[in-house]
Amino acid sequence: MNGVKRLSAPLNEKQLLNLRAGDEVSIYGVIYTARDAAHKRIYEIIKNGDKMPFDPEGQIIYYVGPTPPRPGRVIGSAGPTTSCRMDKYTPLLLEKGIKAVIGKGKRSEEIKKSFIENGAVYLVALGGAGALLSRHIVRAEVIAFEDLGPEAIYKMEVEGFPAFVCYDLYGRDLFEEGIKKYRKE
Amino acid sequence: MREVHWERISKAVAELFKKINYYLNEDVYNALKKSLEIEESPVGKRVLCQLLENAEIAAEERIPLCQDTGIAVVFISLGQEVIIKGKNLEDAVNIGVAEGYSEGYLRKSVVRDPIKRINTGNNTPAIIHTEIIPGDKIKITVSAKGGGSENMSAMSMLSPAAGSEGIIDFVLETVKRAGPNPCPPIIVGVGVGGNFELAPLLAKKALLRPLNEKNEDEFWRNMEDILLQKINSLGIGPQGFGGRITALKVSIETFPCHIASLPVAVNIDCHCHRHWTIEI
Repeated sequence: MNGVKRLSAPLNEKQLLNLRAGDEVSIYGVIYTARDAAHKRIYEIIKNGDKMPFDPEGQIIYYVGPTPPRPGRVIGSAGPTTSCRMDKYTPLLLEKGIKAVIGKGKRSEEIKKSFIENGAVYLVALGGAGALLSRHIVRAEVIAFEDLGPEAIYKMEVEGFPAFVCYDLYGRDLFEEGIKKYRKE
Repeated sequence: MREVHWERISKAVAELFKKINYYLNEDVYNALKKSLEIEESPVGKRVLCQLLENAEIAAEERIPLCQDTGIAVVFISLGQEVIIKGKNLEDAVNIGVAEGYSEGYLRKSVVRDPIKRINTGNNTPAIIHTEIIPGDKIKITVSAKGGGSENMSAMSMLSPAAGSEGIIDFVLETVKRAGPNPCPPIIVGVGVGGNFELAPLLAKKALLRPLNEKNEDEFWRNMEDILLQKINSLGIGPQGFGGRITALKVSIETFPCHIASLPVAVNIDCHCHRHWTIEI
């Protein structure tokens, strides 16, 4: 670990070039949520040549379907969901300008390549730590697909949202490196 | 015969689902704490610390440990001397699930049809397993099973010739393929024997055993130890970032089986490991 790096969303190239697999980051700014059903809809919107619900340039997508907030709260529990279910839709979104996604778990080789080709990184937040992560979400509003309930697209403002860099721009992979280091034959 | 009003069941189910989603079971909390002493990876240690902190925040704020508050799995052991008054058992359970998920601000994660995928809006129907037992009590066990770990579970009909080695290989292969996806440190439930539909149910029941209890049979107890040691040698580690602690526990349940078969099922649970049992 090289100390925590601060990221301001939306992201620029300089911030991305500075990241290495294994870095812990702390995210500030606006991010957008989307999981399975929202991805399917965005994918169809792009394929049809229609306008996305938000401008994707430099943005971070967070794979999350939060629990409903208690009255007076910003959001309920809000940790990442398994990323590989979004693999089918990811390359197109990266081509549209998304520069990072936050999820959990490994992705296919093809997707790993797609991140590098599009100059984007894969961040992993702690799966099953939705209570802790919710404390870093200071504002949340549904901006599209309200009918999808927990799968709607939220615009979230985050402060110090913690994540780890999993795939960086240089082709390194935290999962692979970590397992190699600790595996006993 | 003892009469039990349906609302006693539905209220109990509602409260149980709230409880397991807010409060990490003590045995899991203690196991995570103990893991912190064993884990060598700095990132792994950091993950374990954050999971402990997450449990403390969840309890303090009554906010779910994880946003995936699961599909509701309910085991009912119904004493044969009990009469349920007012509604049938299945309705009582489902009303309880709907109430618990709504009142508890839990996420509704169930779709009506596997392909059409419209959310049912109240997290029902629950998956209900019932058995009739002697006596006049009702034992209710609830489990909130998240999609991430359930998706990584697997079942195989091995040949009897595959033996212990076949079982070990299949369990390891399943955990290895799952890698970081089911939110390690995981709990591994293994069902051996029975038939095609029983082995996965045995695996699920194995997950309900407290973390400090082992199989009563010496052979299977050893197998649990061997599997845990081998799984923790895979290097997957907390959250899959590499490390010594991939699983907190392996529990095996067995059942007699056909002379031609050796069914094996592996049900993986995440570190939230949400389940609880009461008796009314």
